[in-house]
Amino acid sequence: MTNANRTVQFKIYRYDPDQDAKPYMQDISVELESTDRKLLDAMVKLKAQDDSISFRRSCREGVCGSDAMNINGKNGLACLTAMDSFPEGKPIVLRPLPGLPVIRDLIVDMTQFFKQYNSIKPYLINNDPPPERERLQSPEDREELNGLYECILCACCTTSCPSFWWNPDKFVGPAGLLAAYRFIADTRDQATAERLDDLEDPYRLFRCHTIMNCVDVCPKGLNPTKAIGKIKEMMVRRAV
Amino acid sequence: MKRLVVGAGYGLKDWLAQRITGVVMAVFTLVIFAAALSGAMASREAWQAFMSNGFIRFISFLFIVSLCWHAWVGVRDIWMDYLNSAALRLFLHVITLLALVGYAGWAIQIIWRL
Repeated sequence: MTNANRTVQFKIYRYDPDQDAKPYMQDISVELESTDRKLLDAMVKLKAQDDSISFRRSCREGVCGSDAMNINGKNGLACLTAMDSFPEGKPIVLRPLPGLPVIRDLIVDMTQFFKQYNSIKPYLINNDPPPERERLQSPEDREELNGLYECILCACCTTSCPSFWWNPDKFVGPAGLLAAYRFIADTRDQATAERLDDLEDPYRLFRCHTIMNCVDVCPKGLNPTKAIGKIKEMMVRRAV
Repeated sequence: MKRLVVGAGYGLKDWLAQRITGVVMAVFTLVIFAAALSGAMASREAWQAFMSNGFIRFISFLFIVSLCWHAWVGVRDIWMDYLNSAALRLFLHVITLLALVGYAGWAIQIIWRL
């Protein structure tokens, strides 16, 4: 699908609470050039065609996490999704991330997501006076943080998790738990016991039933399920 | 008062129990399959002799307890996921627990009668 100037069909979830009684799917097509390689490029073209279509976007290279959406039924980042990954001749279906309130079109209210993220205290807790330069770690200890710190908080994982859909107010969700393990695993952090206490809860951590939707959708290739497993393992280790 | 509260402080034990009871059930299933293949259930008499063996009584008791314990955690998880009213949840938790304890006693009585 790299040949010049092709027309691509879209089906886009539209909802403007000020005007629409309820959401509807809009059929729209756009002509793309060969330089429009990613879904976000196509969406920018769409927006030029119909400027009422609303979505978030910023860095356009998978770092900011703002253009997370449900693409053909699977959460992902528009800027990292290649146009030639779509089957030809079928409309591309775009919906907002599931499970969060829609503000407008593809823009969702992420308050609940960030509330959960904040609840795990996503910062280093260390009461020792800071050394002159930095708190050092051995390369092996630092290694443990790989695959954890790279999370961009796009919410693709958390909003693909049924446990979060049912209990968004109580279940921390994969992104929050990945971040929780990032600090539990950090040898410079001194609040490990408190962090484990906080998560030892039937809702906050144990709503995860290891269905791995989060791993399936993470645009950064991270593995929240593995991090959650390691939190559980640490709880077992300290309990026995 | 509608303030949201979390932090019941349990979860690990149930999660661990569900895994351990799962292993017990899997082992018991293998034993039963092996017994069936080796002809221990070919006739009613053979089956009765097999089931009244001391070791089989021991593991079938463990199996039933494991099944009920496993089901308790699983069914409670379903109530916790889908029901928002704490009163209704408490009611169904109690019903589930009572039913499972009753079933366990009944099942053990049936199996040990053999």
